[in-house]
Amino acid sequence: MNGIWLDFERPIIELEKKIEELKGIDGVEEEITRLKAQAEKLKKRIYSNLSRWQRVQLARHPRRPLALDILSVVTNDFVELHGDRRFRDDWAVVSGIAKLDNVSVTIVAQQKGRDTKEKIKRNFGMPHPEGYRKALRVMKMAAKFNMPVITMVDTPGAYPGVGAEERGQSEAIAVNLFECATLPVPIIVLILGEGGSGGALALALGDRILMLENAIYSVISPEGCASILWRDASRNKEAAEALRLTAQDLAQFRIIDEIIPDPVGGAHMDIDKTAKNIKEALLKHVQQLLEIPAEELISSRIKKYQNMGVYSE
Amino acid sequence: MWFKKKVEAKPEEKLKLPTGLWVKCDTCGEILYRKELEKNLWICTKCNFHFRINCRNYISLLLDDAALDEQDKDLEALDPLGFQDYKKKLRDDQEKTGLKEGVVYGFATIGGIGVVFAAMDFRFRGGSMGSVIGEKIARAIRAAREKKIPLIILSTSGGARMQEGIFSLMQMAKTSAELALLAQDKVPYISILTNPTLAGVMASYGSLGDIIIAEPGAELGFTGSRVIQQTIGEKLPEGFQRSEFLLEHGMVDLVVSRKDLRNTLIKILTIISKRG
Ligand SMILES: [Zn+2]
Repeated sequence: MNGIWLDFERPIIELEKKIEELKGIDGVEEEITRLKAQAEKLKKRIYSNLSRWQRVQLARHPRRPLALDILSVVTNDFVELHGDRRFRDDWAVVSGIAKLDNVSVTIVAQQKGRDTKEKIKRNFGMPHPEGYRKALRVMKMAAKFNMPVITMVDTPGAYPGVGAEERGQSEAIAVNLFECATLPVPIIVLILGEGGSGGALALALGDRILMLENAIYSVISPEGCASILWRDASRNKEAAEALRLTAQDLAQFRIIDEIIPDPVGGAHMDIDKTAKNIKEALLKHVQQLLEIPAEELISSRIKKYQNMGVYSE
Repeated sequence: MWFKKKVEAKPEEKLKLPTGLWVKCDTCGEILYRKELEKNLWICTKCNFHFRINCRNYISLLLDDAALDEQDKDLEALDPLGFQDYKKKLRDDQEKTGLKEGVVYGFATIGGIGVVFAAMDFRFRGGSMGSVIGEKIARAIRAAREKKIPLIILSTSGGARMQEGIFSLMQMAKTSAELALLAQDKVPYISILTNPTLAGVMASYGSLGDIIIAEPGAELGFTGSRVIQQTIGEKLPEGFQRSEFLLEHGMVDLVVSRKDLRNTLIKILTIISKRG
């Protein structure tokens, strides 16, 4: 087991501890089998009734697979391409070209970082304008060479800093949305962990929006929502409920197209299995989208966004 | 005077600015005589601070005969998330402003040149962008594309309409996608940024103008300065995220006083749309 547990997983750990203790003792095999069955049942019950806040916790789990963990399983021959050709290389965004089975694809992904050192280098997955501009540069190259784009979204948000503002954080996000709307190649978006607001959306305008079962995608973080609404960031659980930010919510709202199942307990419980599920979904959608002529692709992409919104007339 | 002619506004729809004979400037603290301030288009005579004015005021200020042939005025927000108190807040703002939502748009002429004009209104939920604003902006863009006439959007927004959750976020994508089509058809779009324009609006149509004009001293940016200050824990540079700061960093084309806004628009529209 992985050593990092969330509060709501306590009953499962306790049961598994008990099983561990019994191991090696003679004559308790039957008891162990019984407890194991009980643990499985418990897991199913807990993980199939997750609250929205619990899914937020899973989406931010310290062991959750990051974009590079998934990429290394899903693609072959990944060649990372660096820099926006204007200012610098932003490590919060990883971009490059690779093979998805026999299809050449372009990859744009947000990478939070695993240990402290990597987290700092990658700015916790919070891009500066350069990150968005690097992504766009590589996506334009994808259009030039007629390669589908796969984006992976995992960010708390665009970085809130002085330099980011000076260099046009808003403009960088806006231009990505503007350009992606008419990019003449398929764009498949995968919400991997945290889809934090405009900083996520800048890499999330596409033909298909896929989302891992325990990922979240929201206009504002639960903490941000709670502190604006109730001036109390600790009411994040209530805010998570109110915001309807889970994959299940967004599928119901028809904002996303498909939920990719997580292994029981979350994506981190079995990264290979998670990656396999992702690869299957990506291949299916890439193949479907490659059949569609560019003009039709663009017009149905735009129509998809034209239909997003709820109002009365 | 610029509160004139065809403004349909009832008197109480005029500026919800401080009542009374005297008004204190938020920036320099000067006590100003209300009548003078009104005559000066709500610009502080001492420090040039531009007081916030509403969408009807801008219609009077910028459009020929203060006339807007308003479209889709009955679009109203729903409550897709069932968010606590949202319906009540919408009703309150509707009563307060006489508007159904935080943006109006329609057809107008400026200096005799036909345009599609949209103006947001900060009084309505702080100009936050929900489904109705996104949809009306999208329709304004489509109208400009269909008629092949210039589009002008005057923005003011505190950020996302949190109570509409993901639908609010998607309006950024929706409006930017419409603007991509407008650009393909080579129809001009002028974006006017007023105090404040932040977050989702700034990171979509606010920043996508062929020409971007800002009112002096407006707060413009992606993340609000309070959040940035909390994140970096140090003092922000002087004038950070003000119009003049954005001009210096190459993010807007012009900073134009409210007094010169109409004339500037006429000049630009004439050059762009009457190419000889
Ligand atoms: Zn003043």
